[in-house]
Amino acid sequence: MAKIIVVTSGKGGVGKTTTSANFATGLALQGHRTVVIDFDVGLRNLDLIMGCERRVVYDFINVINKEAKLNQALIKDKHCDNLFVLPASQTRDKEALTREGVGEVLAELAEEFEYIVCDSPAGIESGALMALYYADEALVVTNPEVSSVRDSDRILGILASKSRRAERNEEPIKEHLLITRYAPARVDKGEMLSVENICDILCIPLIGVVPESQAVLLASNEGVPVIHKADTDVAQAYQDVVSRFMGDELPMRFLDAPPKPGLLKRLFGG
Amino acid sequence: MSLIDRWLGRSMEKQSAAVAHERLQIILTHERNGRTGTPDYLPALQKELLAVISKYVAVSAENIKVQLERQDQLEVLEVNIVLPDSRG
Ligand SMILES: Nc1ncnc2c1ncn2[C@@H]1O[C@H](COP(=O)(O)OP(=O)(O)OP(=O)(O)O)[C@@H](O)[C@H]1O
Ligand SMILES: [Mg+2]
Repeated sequence: MAKIIVVTSGKGGVGKTTTSANFATGLALQGHRTVVIDFDVGLRNLDLIMGCERRVVYDFINVINKEAKLNQALIKDKHCDNLFVLPASQTRDKEALTREGVGEVLAELAEEFEYIVCDSPAGIESGALMALYYADEALVVTNPEVSSVRDSDRILGILASKSRRAERNEEPIKEHLLITRYAPARVDKGEMLSVENICDILCIPLIGVVPESQAVLLASNEGVPVIHKADTDVAQAYQDVVSRFMGDELPMRFLDAPPKPGLLKRLFGG
Repeated sequence: MSLIDRWLGRSMEKQSAAVAHERLQIILTHERNGRTGTPDYLPALQKELLAVISKYVAVSAENIKVQLERQDQLEVLEVNIVLPDSRG
């Protein structure tokens, strides 16, 4: 049975699309047939992050409206054989996503894929509700910052009440906390909420901590998900997230600030 | 910056994340309570109470207040009925 995972946050700009791209790529790199869907209708960006923007012909809404077949809209990833992208429409608005339409497309995808990753738009309106409605599991992307934590809490309430699982009184959506843009040096200085602070407030299992890194911007410039840049800490953090999702028990990494260079090194360079 | 200043500076900043943590704890406890919301049977309950009580005493809807209060694990359903002034 295919598993549907929503990447959600409430707050905008916290790293949902970055996470969707890298999580889906990570699943595919581990050999799983994966599709990642952009639910951000009107503001599509996943195609840019995945580097397939010039190959978009049809989109999710075209498929829902039966203007195109699913396999005409799916774009095969450049780097992984078992990864596909279903882009959002750039010209329509979020109301074009109907519950029945989305349900039909997901059901068709479920026949072919093991994992369906849904990149949610920000907010708690129809687009975000649609992205989470059919989910089995959720990655709740949170930045170490008050408004992001509060919005994540809000989204947790919605996952528990407005999803199909909730409506049908089924087992609830399995929630995972993913902290991104974490800056250990600022946490050490007491300027930024720590992992413990956030876990203590949101009370859901932590699946990973992704450090703040310039590599994310550089990767987005190129249109190559940063998980491919295997020597960077973000790539390794995202690989860990995927492994933990698959059941591995791995210690958290990148929680400590790199040691400050010694006095001599600072004086004389190094 | 002297050692003392630096130490003080650090301890001042320490408070910054701590303040954020504390504020979040307070506001989210509050918001989570609101989220469970007032159960939607309250208006209907109020209406039925009004119907029953009106059989015996002349009361109007605004004289019957029904509300639910939460205190930690405890829920209190409070029904407040103001009877009309019998002398009036
Ligand atoms: N770990 C990270 N380190 C540094 N920058 C990051 C990191 N993760 C994301 N970013 C940057 O943050 C910005 C927002 O990221 P992204 O588009 O993934 O967020 P989003 O939650 O999808 O936003 P929206 O709500 O608008 O859809 C981008 O500029 C991205 O490059
Ligand atoms: Mg996005």
